[in-house]
Amino acid sequence: MTETLTRAVGMPVTRIEGVAKVTGEALYAAEYPLADLAFGSVVQSTIARGRIVAVDVDAALAMPGVLAVLTHENAPRLGDAGDADICLLQDDAVHYRGEAVALVVATSLEAARSAADVLPISYDEQPHDVVLTEDHPGLYRPGHVNPGFETDTEQGDPDAELAASPVTVDRRYSTPTMQNNPMEPHAATAVWDGHRLTAYDSTQGAASVHRVLTKLFDLPGDAVRVYSPHVGGGFGSKGSARPPVVLAAMAARVVGRPVRVVLTRQQMFALVGYRTPTLQRLRIGADRDGTLRAIIHDAVEQTSTVLEFAEQTTVATRMMYAATARRTTHRLAALDVPTPRWMRAPGECPGMFALESALDELAEACGVDPVELRIRNEPPADPESGLPFSSRSLVACLREGANRIGWADRSTTPGSRQDGRWAIGLGVAASTYPARSAPSTARATAQSDGRFVLSITAADIGTGARTALTQVFADEMQAPMQAVDVRIGDSDFGPAMIAGGSMGTASWSWAALLAAQALRAKLDECGGAVPAEGIDVHVDTADAIGAMSKVSRHAFGAQFAQVRVDVETGEVRVPRLVGVFGAGRVVNPKTARSQLIGGMTMGLSMALHEESTIDSRFGDYTNHDLAGYHIAANADVGEIDASWVEEIDHEVNPLGIKGIGEIGIVGTAAAIANAVYNAAGVRVRDLPIRLDRVLVG
Amino acid sequence: MREFEYAVAGDARAAIAAARGGARYLAGGTNLVDLMKLGVETPALVVDVSRLPFDSIEPTADGGLLIGAMASNSDVAAHPVVRQRYPVLARALLSGASGQLRNAATVGGNLLQRTRCGYFQDVTKPCNKRAPGSGCPARDGDHRNHAILGASKQCIATNPSDLAVALAALDAVVVIEDDAGPRRIPLSEFYRRPGERPDLETNLPPGALITGVELPALGVAARSTYRKVRDRASYAFAVISVAAALEVREGIVDDVRIALGGVAPLPWRARRAEAALARVPATEESFRVAAVLELDAAEPLRDNAFKVPLARNLITRVLLDLATASGATA
Ligand SMILES: Cc1cc2nc3c(=O)[nH]c(=O)nc-3n(C[C@H](O)[C@H](O)[C@H](O)COP(=O)(O)OP(=O)(O)OC[C@H]3O[C@@H](n4cnc5c(N)ncnc54)[C@H](O)[C@@H]3O)c2cc1C
Ligand code: SF4
Repeated sequence: MTETLTRAVGMPVTRIEGVAKVTGEALYAAEYPLADLAFGSVVQSTIARGRIVAVDVDAALAMPGVLAVLTHENAPRLGDAGDADICLLQDDAVHYRGEAVALVVATSLEAARSAADVLPISYDEQPHDVVLTEDHPGLYRPGHVNPGFETDTEQGDPDAELAASPVTVDRRYSTPTMQNNPMEPHAATAVWDGHRLTAYDSTQGAASVHRVLTKLFDLPGDAVRVYSPHVGGGFGSKGSARPPVVLAAMAARVVGRPVRVVLTRQQMFALVGYRTPTLQRLRIGADRDGTLRAIIHDAVEQTSTVLEFAEQTTVATRMMYAATARRTTHRLAALDVPTPRWMRAPGECPGMFALESALDELAEACGVDPVELRIRNEPPADPESGLPFSSRSLVACLREGANRIGWADRSTTPGSRQDGRWAIGLGVAASTYPARSAPSTARATAQSDGRFVLSITAADIGTGARTALTQVFADEMQAPMQAVDVRIGDSDFGPAMIAGGSMGTASWSWAALLAAQALRAKLDECGGAVPAEGIDVHVDTADAIGAMSKVSRHAFGAQFAQVRVDVETGEVRVPRLVGVFGAGRVVNPKTARSQLIGGMTMGLSMALHEESTIDSRFGDYTNHDLAGYHIAANADVGEIDASWVEEIDHEVNPLGIKGIGEIGIVGTAAAIANAVYNAAGVRVRDLPIRLDRVLVG
Repeated sequence: MREFEYAVAGDARAAIAAARGGARYLAGGTNLVDLMKLGVETPALVVDVSRLPFDSIEPTADGGLLIGAMASNSDVAAHPVVRQRYPVLARALLSGASGQLRNAATVGGNLLQRTRCGYFQDVTKPCNKRAPGSGCPARDGDHRNHAILGASKQCIATNPSDLAVALAALDAVVVIEDDAGPRRIPLSEFYRRPGERPDLETNLPPGALITGVELPALGVAARSTYRKVRDRASYAFAVISVAAALEVREGIVDDVRIALGGVAPLPWRARRAEAALARVPATEESFRVAAVLELDAAEPLRDNAFKVPLARNLITRVLLDLATASGATA
């Protein structure tokens, strides 16, 4: 089977829909031309906690073009979809500042916005609490952490091991609130035809939005259709139904015409889910040669009062390195803030910043090279479960990356290399992300014209998933790519995994593979003759996934950073990043490289720039746009060298695919922080590495 | 965003006449339109002045340069005379915003751009500058980017313009026109300190049109530079910036101009530092002493105290670099 795959899989195929995208032919959720389209503008709360006393809708309704004002008093009642975040306009409670409290619907976007801007709402304001602290009185132990991991783990006697260790590190690290800002803002257009609902949504999972809409509006599955053939980024913030699709569907029902709701960039800062701030403490005990004896990783995070979301911040620490004893914990405070949700590598990303920074501190304390320290603590099997790793290429990645960055030339004395006014240095950190697959269904069709069609509710959020699936499907059909069509982003194709958890391509490819095998079997049965109506097969990977062997499946990588620090101003530049990953079979080296480069760039952005600042008095962020919330600009990004080592892993899934969407961001920030220390002798433990932290640090 | 009327002015007189009664002039629109979208600016009438014929850059009779108010930031930065005789100006402009924005942004609009204080830009929050008397939440709130010099109890916002900092160092003059005819306001008198009225940012009479900026003939300006420290490598406002020009003769400071950005509600001409440098040896020590003297008056807040050492280091470094460069050519 695998030998026949080498035709398209592994080739650097240019993305199939590229031309359609750059010519504007590819339609996004807010671009479908529909007759009688109305526009909804979201009104957000201006208090962080309390009750809505009154909404004066009359003045708004009198404004030109305004069709309706939806509030908790008149909005359609919604069923329970298991996600309180989208149970919008159902009661008078305000849980956080920026919550959607009304929707103005008008015949033009301008009319909707003008009325929304001046809609008078009076509140009964109650005291709020939006600041996360390590000793917050409300801290509690959640039942599990995202998506279903144990909250706390303990092996051996970590306290005793720590006390007995000749070398110890005990440090606190923090990461701030970070915001999801995909290029395409969250948007949806909803159309009712009697009791049938069609939604054009910007989502990472049309099937999951479909499921939610059937529950919210109490509709049978075949009465709802969700389209999302093109999506302009998500990072996790479009991994579940978000307010636009729910509001658009409610409004379209009320006004009896199609309604489009697009969030403004500013509104996204409260309504799409963000990365929780974390306060972490790392205690590590080691022998003098750097052999780990104890690791204790404690994380404090926030959630909202609407919904519990507990990020799995310390989960990677459970299996990264060998150690005699370890403990990991998560504590949560429910604050009057929007619910934090997924953002590229939730858990691994902030958690590995702390762990990999602490290891750098340990390496220095032991006088062991940081690359060597990691190699020395390579575990023979997954330290948490005791299960063998399906594959683990961390050591190979570390060695290859060290070569590429010129690690041998690194000075071991911090602050000792200078180039003009710049102090220069190198840093390293490891990277990891789970390699999982989730059940998906797919339909494959052989048409009488000789073409093959794969229909699957996959999502291409800019990753190149459509192209990768085409490669896989074509190979399995033993057909050229030109002879196959892959249709995605339509809930009518049936349930499938979302584009999330770096599981999309792994999960969908599996379904594509089964579908192609079934179709070929059927074609064989009928001797290759395809009737006019075509031949159809339908597959579900649930059984195959349920029957998987018990092994530990993860991707690993090594990140290296070269930095320059102006010690007079604290400015940090990153001329070079090197990332080497062991991520199984790479279906498409071109789009894969883009994913890894994108992840590393986002990691650089996290290291140096990204930070939502909150004003506790208002319970609100003081930066709500891309002028105030900095992400890396082109000038901040130097050379990024992303590559992978050969890794054949038959135990992750039949195609040997590990996800690559998230691993690129894991470890980058620690590599940069460690390089800043090597360059300037300043250890920054609180992200972002702002110039004032380097200057006074 | 509210509905508004839009008019295109045929000439300066017509623009001024049309603007009577509180209209806003629209030049590149890169600041005004953003603020209108945010609801911070709500003009009933917008008068488009971008096509008025004030976009040339020409020498003046006394050897200076007259830059039209509608000249784009890009055109000014690329102008050969500006680059050669006033490099600080070209560098200041090029350090601002992005290429696309600089193509649209004009000189007049740049001088009148509003502060980037987050509370000012958010109409759901109090702000003395936007809503006089409502309070200044920045003082006890998010003020890392706010002023350490020249602020008041009422407002601590900084002026965000890089251009204005260079013009302050160059002793530029703003040329304006209103019903009373054309007039000239030295840049040093153009901006106001916030005092009790942070809503009043300039001494430009209501309805007046900026037609140009005049640069004096200034020998020292040829040996000038601009250095901007910001939170990312480009496309960010200054945390601190320094515009400086320095003439050194036989190791002694002969002429020096220093202006600072990111520290005050207005471009901050560092007169104390300049005075301290008059006829002293051009050494790192002198530069540092002068910088410290200038910053003596600083009143940092909880989260922006780092600006004091940062400004000191940057002033010292910029002057040292200029001295080194002029030493190399001497
Ligand atoms: C993302 C972003 C980043 C930026 N970064 C920087 C930066 O790093 N440094 C920096 O200095 N600037 C920066 N800017 C600001 C930019 O420089 C200004 O927006 C621009 O210079 C304003 O010029 P304009 O012609 O577009 O003005 P407009 O927006 O058209 O007008 C601004 C104001 O000036 C008034 N006005 C305009 N022309 C005249 C005139 N001739 N007479 C009287 N009144 C007039 C208008 O009525 C309005 O009140 C940035 C802007 C953005 C959006
Ligand atoms: S600093 Fe000035 S602009 Fe900012 S909130 Fe205070 S008064 Fe408003």
